[in-house]
Amino acid sequence: MARKLLIEHADVQGIASYDVYRKHGGYASVEKALKTMSPDEVVEEVKKSGLRGRGGAGFPTGMKWSFLAKPEGVERHLVCNADESEPGTFKDRYLMEKLPHLLIEGMITSSYALGARRSYIYIRGEFMYVLRILEKAIAEAYANGMLGKNILGSGYDLDLVVTPGGGAYICGEETALLESLEGKRGNPRMKPPFPAVKGLWGNPTVVNNVESIAAVVPIVNEGGDAYAKIGIERSTGTKLISASGNLVRPGVYEIELGLSVEEFIYGDDYCRGIANGKKLKACIPGGSSVPILPHYLVTKTAAGTDRLMTYESLADGGFASGSMLGSGGFIVFDEDQCIVRNTWNFARFYAHESCGQCSPCREGTGWMEKVLYRLEHGTGTLEDISLLEEINKKIEGNTICPLGDAAAWPVAAAIRHFRDEFEWHVKSPQEAQSRNYGLIQAPLEA
Amino acid sequence: MIKVTIDDVEIEVAPGTTILNAARQAGGDLVPPAMCYYSKLPGTGGKCRTCLVEVAAGSTADPRPMPKLVASCSTPVMDGMIVKNKTSERVHTNRGGVVEFLLVNHPLDCPICDQAGECHLQDLGYEHGSAKTRYREERRTFSPIDIGNKIKLHMNRCILCYRCVAVANQLTEKRVHGVLHRGEHAEISTYIENAIDNDFSGNMIDVCPVGALTDKTFRFKSRVWFLKPYEAECACDKCSGKAVVWMFGNEIFRVTARKDKYGEVETIEDKTAWICNDCRFDKKDPSKWNLIGPRKIDRHSVISQGKYATKNDNNPKLLS
Repeated sequence: MARKLLIEHADVQGIASYDVYRKHGGYASVEKALKTMSPDEVVEEVKKSGLRGRGGAGFPTGMKWSFLAKPEGVERHLVCNADESEPGTFKDRYLMEKLPHLLIEGMITSSYALGARRSYIYIRGEFMYVLRILEKAIAEAYANGMLGKNILGSGYDLDLVVTPGGGAYICGEETALLESLEGKRGNPRMKPPFPAVKGLWGNPTVVNNVESIAAVVPIVNEGGDAYAKIGIERSTGTKLISASGNLVRPGVYEIELGLSVEEFIYGDDYCRGIANGKKLKACIPGGSSVPILPHYLVTKTAAGTDRLMTYESLADGGFASGSMLGSGGFIVFDEDQCIVRNTWNFARFYAHESCGQCSPCREGTGWMEKVLYRLEHGTGTLEDISLLEEINKKIEGNTICPLGDAAAWPVAAAIRHFRDEFEWHVKSPQEAQSRNYGLIQAPLEA
Repeated sequence: MIKVTIDDVEIEVAPGTTILNAARQAGGDLVPPAMCYYSKLPGTGGKCRTCLVEVAAGSTADPRPMPKLVASCSTPVMDGMIVKNKTSERVHTNRGGVVEFLLVNHPLDCPICDQAGECHLQDLGYEHGSAKTRYREERRTFSPIDIGNKIKLHMNRCILCYRCVAVANQLTEKRVHGVLHRGEHAEISTYIENAIDNDFSGNMIDVCPVGALTDKTFRFKSRVWFLKPYEAECACDKCSGKAVVWMFGNEIFRVTARKDKYGEVETIEDKTAWICNDCRFDKKDPSKWNLIGPRKIDRHSVISQGKYATKNDNNPKLLS
């Protein structure tokens, strides 16, 4: 099994406490960075590592950090985006729940690199118990001199605050997150100005995913070059994948990028194949907002090469025959699952979570949900399918934030690859309904 | 000054100007429509997406086209930028899409709506809307509520432009209304049936691009095109006192601020001429106003139909 950089000690008894974590090599990166490196050197290491944002967009973290404006006399902030609410993604919760000190360690090192004196962890409101774990861990870190004034005698001060949101998906969008953190309604801001120039309370701000910040710890410990050796080409390092759906062994896995998708689904070290001896029907490789892949495009690309768990390979073929790595929410469907019902379910989610600020997303997501509801419940028409495609095109790219795109892509991809199933729902609605176990399939016999 | 080309018209504007304002400086029909942007209220814009334009070249330094359509109300121009509005097919289809979205939950009650005749959504629907709707589902519905003692809110008609929120934020001391809920369920409301009680709250009616906020002293009294607008002024210690009075015979039916062709309150003597609630709601007696002359209305507007036909109409003194 491949090397684990992040969750190696996740199962150690009591690892959530400071002492046990320290015993297993914790806070080494803080010591190394604060005592031997300058902030710019840390940024340089992260740049060298080729780490790409783990929240979904895959933007190089080092580059994001170097865009941070550094005007004299203005405070800077690092904000950790722990508002993980994408359906199918649960890696950040796992990480924070098991290894709260890893995130805190990453926050200290990253804040030092960016020169932030006050950093925030914005955590999803539903994760209240995780918030308690983090608060306890932060108190321990304060007590042991890892946070507060003059950390490890280096003269560097840092305050770390963890704040819960109200449980809105939109607050995972970085500008909406900042609005929410400021105590306002979580509506995304217009860009530009980008948060790197004008973010939290008008100060330059970097917003990073939990996993990206945690990955800074091994990068500083082992050096950016060593980290960059893991993985393939521009997809470096390890990635947490939250596998769910009809798998023998779903769960959170840390993989080295470059692992083949086939190995991940069927390999003994990973998911061990499709549950109940069923066949693979489709797979969503990166959380609910990325395009769905039909079974013949999951393990092979359209060109016939093996598909790998990398940013590039999963996107191979563009949206016509590819998808995205996204946040790593790997959802697998077996042959019994209904794509129409699943698409409707996602559309319902996005219609519910749209903030309602800009018109294409506010009206479009709700409209799509209603049309899909009709198709799924046997009252749709063939024109509805082309209507869906039309609505899709009008939402995509015309919204303030990427939520509109995220709502449009899965529907577009489902129609692209499973049009016959949509048509079947229109032509023989009763048959489609009777066969439709959907997402609430219960075992018929015990 | 930097050069920018919009629909093959080259203009020079100050750095930092947005595409929409640059287009407005050029004037004519290359100006993109705007439902939520209001130049007199900083921070508005970007929400309705009707002002989307295509940027065919970003700037002289970086002539790559922008991949997405951009909101012209909030994108600053760059030197050498080439913008396509009327000339772009893509803009036309996508704007049509946005208009369709705006109309999805908008009731077709123009025949009884007080805004009809001066409604921006009507204009937009006329220009970009399709004749038929593809929306088969039920529309979201709300009951009209009194949002202040003189203002009625028809949430059904609201397109959530957030302009009235900006008015309350910027003109009044404390905002008591805002947007509740999310997505399709979002609605303008006061927090738990609070009433808006402020001297300048009436301006929310003026900035509303549709008939969502209406003047209770004027509701259902008359269609706007039966009224004759006169520029008028009065001595007011709260506001500029410069307004437009809408008359039928010798009677004042309603008072509004002076609005330009983009529906925005005019700037008079370097100040945006917002009017106070006393002028708007209570001064309906013509003797309190000094009528200056007929208000110039665009000849394409339905309001100018059959106006100022007689000689006497040109002389407001004869009216009083």
